[in-house]
Amino acid sequence: MIINHPHLGPRDASEFTILGDASLINRPDWQARDADDAFYNYQYLRDNPAGLHRELWFHEQGDRSWLVVTRDTVTHAVIAVALASDIAKAAKAKTAQKTAPKKVAAKKTAAKKAVIKRNAT
Amino acid sequence: MRYSIWSLINQALTGNRNWTPVWREPEPKSHYDIVIVGGGGHGLATAFYLASRYGMKNIAVLEKGWIGSGNIGRNTTIVRSNYLLDGNEPFYEQSLQLWEGLEQDINYNAMMSQRGIINLYHSDAQRDSYVRRGNAMRLHGADAELLNQDQLRSLCPFLDYENARFPIMGGLLQKRAGTARHDAVAWGYARAADQRGVDIIQNCDVTDFLIKDGVCTGVETSKGTIRAGKIGVAVAGSTSRVMAKAGLRLPIESHVLQAFVTEGLKPVIPGVITFGAGHFYISQSDKGGLVFGGDIDGYNSYAQRGNLPVFEDVCEGGMAIMPMIGRARMLRNWGGIMDMSMDGSPIIDKTPIDQLYLNAGWCYGGFKATPASGLCFAHLLARDEPHKVASKLRLDRFRRGAMLDERGAGAQPNLH
Repeated sequence: MIINHPHLGPRDASEFTILGDASLINRPDWQARDADDAFYNYQYLRDNPAGLHRELWFHEQGDRSWLVVTRDTVTHAVIAVALASDIAKAAKAKTAQKTAPKKVAAKKTAAKKAVIKRNAT
Repeated sequence: MRYSIWSLINQALTGNRNWTPVWREPEPKSHYDIVIVGGGGHGLATAFYLASRYGMKNIAVLEKGWIGSGNIGRNTTIVRSNYLLDGNEPFYEQSLQLWEGLEQDINYNAMMSQRGIINLYHSDAQRDSYVRRGNAMRLHGADAELLNQDQLRSLCPFLDYENARFPIMGGLLQKRAGTARHDAVAWGYARAADQRGVDIIQNCDVTDFLIKDGVCTGVETSKGTIRAGKIGVAVAGSTSRVMAKAGLRLPIESHVLQAFVTEGLKPVIPGVITFGAGHFYISQSDKGGLVFGGDIDGYNSYAQRGNLPVFEDVCEGGMAIMPMIGRARMLRNWGGIMDMSMDGSPIIDKTPIDQLYLNAGWCYGGFKATPASGLCFAHLLARDEPHKVASKLRLDRFRRGAMLDERGAGAQPNLH
């Protein structure tokens, strides 16, 4: 399999390690009331589709970036590749937009954003 | 027809004209007491034990393809019970005991050959951990024997004992382990179940489950609606796909595992040998081919074929312990789809939907488990309670934090 890295171009999949389903980006809020269930779902349950699958790959023997690769699990064809940090930022911006009118919520996402930025660097 | 030396002689003398089909090909009835989805080794074994040990009648096995087309015909045929954990070892030991009497049980030659398995160790620490494993096995009634280097040399003189990186210091031997002819196991169980009245329906794709008020009452199939008192699902790599039709998400990912065979050689490898520092296991088939394998590829796959990096990795593992195989030519390789669970151990349990039962999560250890999996799943279906050796193999163990993590790798299926 060849993964077309957004920065480095086509790279062999053997340079990467795979973590699994891209939903692992969306870590649940540990302080939420339903955190127990949310973490069980997050940690253990998988859609495991036959067909298109979004998954997290780590360029371990390259620039050590995390990628979200959309791949067909039936044919192994790589359909799309993006930086995981871009996808996480876009998702956060979307939720920030949605919750912008509420002052408290906006503050919270800003704080989360900062955390993500720290993690990314 | 009962197979015996007399039936063989009789057929030979009459020109082999009177052999009868090994199983019937019935049309599905509209109702069964128990329907098993999946005609692989586990599904067929379940049907056989339901009929033979639990006295159940009116059973059907629904298979999308043909009998023997899935992982039961695609594995490396190793049979063993060298596990460590309390929740696993009694189960696999039960399985090995069933293997030992299997051919008499099903009146079929499964070519069960107890030629032993040796797990090599390469360091003092690894020796200690094998001592622990061996003791755990013996405590559960299995056999285990620690070999030092001299003992190992007399059994396997061809190993690379002086390897600079991973010197071979000895091994853990289980003499009762061995290999069996994989597809003969499928055919034998199918024939034995069929003789006891089980309907084996091939080319019958389950398209949906009939679920009303949280109770499953049957399945929609490509051959029409089939109602059933209980439905058991044993579909290995397709588990997530099939159970999604019942609205369930499971702690399972499907991954591809490759296996490899060389050209036929004279007998060189006495039993099964596994590398302790990498992932590599090898045995020699009765035809003479070296049968070996290693890690799964590591990414989700339903493709039944893998990629070359794992090919290379497996061959390097082989060369590290027995350089003599370097000149053997590879004949073929193939892949099978493994239902990798989140802790590397299987699930035989009820589901949140009444009358719907699940047998899954076999990772790449399903073949050796075939008889016990069938027995325990049959027990669950017949009695509505887990068999005593499968009492820890529960679906809710992830929710409860009661993982059976033999490898200690955490909730990442591609590390098990």
